[in-house]
Amino acid sequence: MTRMHLLVERNLMVYRHTWSLLVAEVFEPVLYLLTIGIGIGTLVGHVRGTGVAYPQYVAPALLATAAMNGAMNETTFNLFQKLKFDRVYDSILTTPMTVRDVAFGEVCWALLRGTLTTSGFLVIVTVLGLVHTPWALLALPGAAVIGFAFASAGLAVTTYLRDWQDFQLIQLVMLPMFLFATTFYPLGVYPRPVQLAVECLPLYQSIELLREPSLGHIGPGLLVAAVYLLVMGVLGLAIALPRLRRTLLA
Amino acid sequence: MADEILVRASGLVKVHPMGGVRAVDGIDFELRKGEAFGFLGPNGAGKSSTMRMIGCVSTPSAGELRIFGLDPATDGARIRARLGVVPQEDTVDTELTVRENLYIYGRYFGLSRARIRERTAGLLEFAQLEDKASEQVGALSGGMRRRLTIARSLINEPEILLLDEPTTGLDPQARHVLWDRLFRLKQEGVTLILTTHYMDEAEQLCDRLVVMDRGRIADEGSPRELIERHSTREVLELRFPPGEQAIRAEKVTDIAERLEVLPDRVLLYVEDGEAALAAVHARGVTPITALVRRATLEDVFLTLTGRTLVD
Ligand SMILES: Nc1ncnc2c1ncn2[C@@H]1O[C@H](COP(=O)(O)OP(=O)(O)O)[C@@H](O)[C@H]1O
Ligand SMILES: [Mg+2]
Repeated sequence: MTRMHLLVERNLMVYRHTWSLLVAEVFEPVLYLLTIGIGIGTLVGHVRGTGVAYPQYVAPALLATAAMNGAMNETTFNLFQKLKFDRVYDSILTTPMTVRDVAFGEVCWALLRGTLTTSGFLVIVTVLGLVHTPWALLALPGAAVIGFAFASAGLAVTTYLRDWQDFQLIQLVMLPMFLFATTFYPLGVYPRPVQLAVECLPLYQSIELLREPSLGHIGPGLLVAAVYLLVMGVLGLAIALPRLRRTLLA
Repeated sequence: MADEILVRASGLVKVHPMGGVRAVDGIDFELRKGEAFGFLGPNGAGKSSTMRMIGCVSTPSAGELRIFGLDPATDGARIRARLGVVPQEDTVDTELTVRENLYIYGRYFGLSRARIRERTAGLLEFAQLEDKASEQVGALSGGMRRRLTIARSLINEPEILLLDEPTTGLDPQARHVLWDRLFRLKQEGVTLILTTHYMDEAEQLCDRLVVMDRGRIADEGSPRELIERHSTREVLELRFPPGEQAIRAEKVTDIAERLEVLPDRVLLYVEDGEAALAAVHARGVTPITALVRRATLEDVFLTLTGRTLVD
């Protein structure tokens, strides 16, 4: 029997007090969409070789990024605070809850968070008239898969962090990935070797997973992206679990 | 079933992976149903390490441990379902209110919402936190947090309550309130295991205790038994000018059955304190102050280890 849903219940209770943070999280992609997607989009017009209007091209990438950030913030910043300073899990583990319940619960909560942020953003994107196909609704299960991958990866990374300074290292990876993973222009602008490297990025796969359906393209490429992200999530958990056990059950 | 054994440890060892400290170095004990059992020892004796093993949140490095006849290695969650745990450091959920803390903790035990609601009123009353129920835990005083931690640990009606230094860091009033609560629990039949480095706490609360030092058990018994075994009935405490304790002590050594020289005073272990004091005066030895008192567990610890409990 798993009790991981109880951790989700606990976090929901906390968010009853601090729901405004969620609103702030939707605000960030909206800012990018307005300035770059729509603002710079007026200069760009259509994306070369696709015939897609620029804001419509950028929006799904920002959706994917929102799912990634929503999930990963939860299992990095918030989880680190709970693990090292609030020591929330110490008392949880004196109950029948196990380290696995805690880890799965936090990942589950984080992917829900990511999906919720994405939904909020999707509503805004729709209101702005940037959605032209019902396939765009695939963004929601897609966001859950992206959330799973990054929540688990974040959890694994967090078990290696020593102090708050180490978070700068995460930023050092996340920011370039955000800029290079075809968020703002297609893969075609890179020379082939760089293309291969970009295709390996988890955010690239996440963007593929949401952008293709939103442009009405449903194909086997989606399956590749989904499998990539699911494997990433499982690996993250496999790394994180024994390490968490060692820390929490010393 | 008065003598039912709830916890049995033999040759129990804990070596902490970080630093390789041998915190618990082969201890044996048995805990019977309904008793209040204590681990008395100074900081670093290995009390918390032992408690965490009993609480199934730390894996023994060697030896055997059975709780309710079950093995923590394979049945940890099942055992924890029947325990209440008050850790040394309060680990209340600071992001939640008092009531929410009780609620979510009950949920971790798989209790229904209705059952938790039923228990909450009584527990708030027990912890004297009725008017704080809706406050964030961050705003509570140390004593209130401690009482909340204890109330929370009772949500599942545990068969054994583990209390690691329940009153350390509390002011005297808060301590006495807490002792009163623990007495109540004991009377209600809850089996208590507690650790403390306060000998008065051990004497007040424990039916039986072990004296622990450097990961080992020095002796075991009721407070009365331990005092009778390792100390005389009374103790005469003599205080001399700084630096002169040892020299002055030499002149009165034969008056006592046993004598301990501490940095700031000399302890004479005697059957009759007043008579001993008269004998000291008759020798022409005049201490700055003299005090006759009954022997305590502090004296037991001093005899067993040559050191004081609280330094
Ligand atoms: N998690 C840990 N990692 C490394 N050493 C520890 C850990 N916990 C306790 N110790 C060490 O083990 C010894 C016993 O500690 P502890 O069990 O906390 O004793 P007590 O509770 O009696 O003060 C001490 O030397 C302490 O420094
Ligand atoms: Mg301790």
